[in-house]
Amino acid sequence: MLSLEILLHSVVTGLMNGAVYALVAMGLTLIFGVLHIINFAHGSLLMVAMYGVFFAVTLLGIDPYVTIPFMMVLMYFAGYGLQRYVIGNAGQGRDTNILLITLGAAVVMDNLALYLWTGDTRQLQLDYMMAVVDLGFALIPVTRIIAFVAACALFVAMWLVIERTDFGRAMRAVAKEPFGARVVGIDVDRVYAQTMGIGTACLGAAAALLLPIFYVNPQIGNVFVLLAFTIVVLGSMGNIVGALVGGLLVGLVESVGGFFLGDRLGQVGIFVIFILILTFRPQGLFSARV
Amino acid sequence: MVRITTLALLLAAVPLFVQSNHLLGLFIGVLFSAYLAQSWNILGGLCGQFSFGHAAFFGVGLYSSLILQVDFGWPAPLALVSAAVAGAVAGLFVGFVSFRYGLRGSYFALVTLAFAEILRMTASVVSFTGAGSGKYLPTRLGIEHLQFSKSGYFYFILVLFVLVHLLVLAIQNSRLGARFAAIREDEEAASALGVDVFRYKMIAILISSAVAGVGGCFYGQYYFYTDPHIAFGAAVSIEMLLAPIIGGAGTLFGPIVGAVVLRVAAELGQSLTGGVPGFNLILYGIMVILIVRYMPDGLIGGLRRPWALMRRRPTAATG
Amino acid sequence: MLTTQGLTKRFGGLVAVRDASISANAGDITALIGPNGAGKTTLFATVAGFLKPDAGSVTFGGRDITGMKPHQICDLGMVRTFQIVKPFGKLSVLDNIAVGAYARFPRRQDALAHAAAIGRQVGLGGQLEKIAAGLTVAGRKRLEVARALATSPRLLLLDEVMAGLTPTEIDEIVPIIFGIRDTGVTILLIEHVMQAVMRLSDRAYVLNEGHLIAEGTPQEVVREPAVIEAYLGPGAATRAQSFASRNAS
Repeated sequence: MLSLEILLHSVVTGLMNGAVYALVAMGLTLIFGVLHIINFAHGSLLMVAMYGVFFAVTLLGIDPYVTIPFMMVLMYFAGYGLQRYVIGNAGQGRDTNILLITLGAAVVMDNLALYLWTGDTRQLQLDYMMAVVDLGFALIPVTRIIAFVAACALFVAMWLVIERTDFGRAMRAVAKEPFGARVVGIDVDRVYAQTMGIGTACLGAAAALLLPIFYVNPQIGNVFVLLAFTIVVLGSMGNIVGALVGGLLVGLVESVGGFFLGDRLGQVGIFVIFILILTFRPQGLFSARV
Repeated sequence: MVRITTLALLLAAVPLFVQSNHLLGLFIGVLFSAYLAQSWNILGGLCGQFSFGHAAFFGVGLYSSLILQVDFGWPAPLALVSAAVAGAVAGLFVGFVSFRYGLRGSYFALVTLAFAEILRMTASVVSFTGAGSGKYLPTRLGIEHLQFSKSGYFYFILVLFVLVHLLVLAIQNSRLGARFAAIREDEEAASALGVDVFRYKMIAILISSAVAGVGGCFYGQYYFYTDPHIAFGAAVSIEMLLAPIIGGAGTLFGPIVGAVVLRVAAELGQSLTGGVPGFNLILYGIMVILIVRYMPDGLIGGLRRPWALMRRRPTAATG
Repeated sequence: MLTTQGLTKRFGGLVAVRDASISANAGDITALIGPNGAGKTTLFATVAGFLKPDAGSVTFGGRDITGMKPHQICDLGMVRTFQIVKPFGKLSVLDNIAVGAYARFPRRQDALAHAAAIGRQVGLGGQLEKIAAGLTVAGRKRLEVARALATSPRLLLLDEVMAGLTPTEIDEIVPIIFGIRDTGVTILLIEHVMQAVMRLSDRAYVLNEGHLIAEGTPQEVVREPAVIEAYLGPGAATRAQSFASRNAS
């Protein structure tokens, strides 16, 4: 059956996209889990990172996958600076203030991108982008497989950082009990900024993995910010493993939904899930934990 | 009341002195922004429920008004009323799903944002909205079609502007306003004092979204066109919430001040850069960060303490 | 006026209130005392509709109000204050109290007039135009009482309105509470300041680790060994007794 094959194909594609979405969402859920803020600028930061990768490839001739470590470092500092000098400084700990500031930052980034790089949608042109791998039941582009494998690997690496390192422990302490953490001598504001840095560094990697299978334009942040929020809420806010499950699920819904309803409505399906989850089970499918 | 009447009378005289269509258009733009800002202010400012997707209600009003006139041949005044109803229905739906389960703060902001996005995507696919190519309103000048000359549109929006401000004033001076404010400040305390929090939030979103729906109808009558991005795009939502935030959320005149500041900044940006797309939004974004940082109560709140302001930024006056 | 039957409230594995049956008689001041974490505020919140009990019932004025919403309970004439005061920070003192007054007076003039009268009754008459966030701790405590009182309750639940006040401030608020009682309002209060409990209340219940361990007049309950142990630790009662008997001999 041909349609079954296509369905299978869209399941695999969905899972592969989902892994990258999960990486994007992990950054967001980490930030939420530790700082308890909703970062509306997350999607825009991803957009900026994607442009970074795009220009590294087109202007400097670097392979997109080689940019990963550099992009991660750059985005780390972008996130660190954003928290330290903008959000932490101006938010004064009030939920609505922080919401507005991250929204303001997103608006600035989106439109600065529009100003600097115009509204054109850009895509990479690389020779190996056409290469496919035959999985027996489906032909999958090499770039998707790389994205899937690398996203999973990065995911595990991040998880190890959080679970096994002193920094991860400090982060978890701050997440649970910011006041107590301060009392035992943890520089809470620094941990906040570092967490924001790490959460944003995930975007650097995600950008490099996404660009060969996707495209970039100044509005792309909007799409991803809602996508990432859906995943984060689905996987319970602040829950890292939940973000992975949520990411795969959302990738699946998008591509299988697109299979049945057409591409654009496939995305509507995601947001319908989002609203349903937020209204009927706002704590998500799992319980929160960082 | 006195101040609104004075303001209305002063504004009513504007077309007598302003002949330039461009300048009159600017006035219409400011009044329209202030009108939409006030719509957001009813829910966000008075009742404290921050919507990030108010375009949803604006857009529903806009599309329903155009579709009813074009495809069903409804007279424009009736379409205006249905725009209010359609906006309100959308508002009640969003309110019901969010408030029933106690979603607030960031969650509510996210739900409204997602709802506007769903509508935008749906409107760009389904056929009765004209999908991606949008919806046109044929020109038929005349008050019965709610289509006017430039100065006619000025008075049209001025009437809406005055009505919405009288509405907000009436809310502020009533039990409704007191209960909205109580919910904004502390939901738990409000409910202890006999306020049915869910019910009053629903009332707030009902009024707010109906007002936004009428705003959508005005847009359609004035520009004769919409597409999914105009109706449900993030830019509308953002402008609707930034004006009150910048001017002072929850105050009567804050949204007007914010709308004036935003429009003036946009015009300045336009003339400085020669019409770069998005430049006004860059300014807006920077402004909101600075306002939240330095004047959390908005310009109105900030200017009530001019002394504190001068002390904090001594260079602002000379620079 | 108010009766609870076997009221139980759990949070996960923790039983915050276990099988509590208390009653507050019309016209009395009834006190609920106990060490920190005894479950007093949880009991209050459950009675006033802020938490759903896991078992048991609440009857108010002969009517079963178990599971009702706080605003419905307020409409019936029972209102609570919060231990951690919750002023509507950006509103004036008068507007704060008016929110309560609107529960009985839908018209603005009536509500504001009633609010002003209540403000004067609790000693905030001179500060009605002040923004609530600018009040002192004592002022906020009074505002908390005033707002609740403005709803014209038959039963007023006061959660530690004296905590954090100086002895002078306590001396000032005690007559206000008596004054409220004298206008026919029944009062159930949580209090830590024992001296105030002894002066104010007609009956007292002692709660410890979610259990009721004693009830009676305040003078009776403070002599109960279980109460002394709850406050001072195991064995304290015997030590106190032997200390007392040694002194007597």
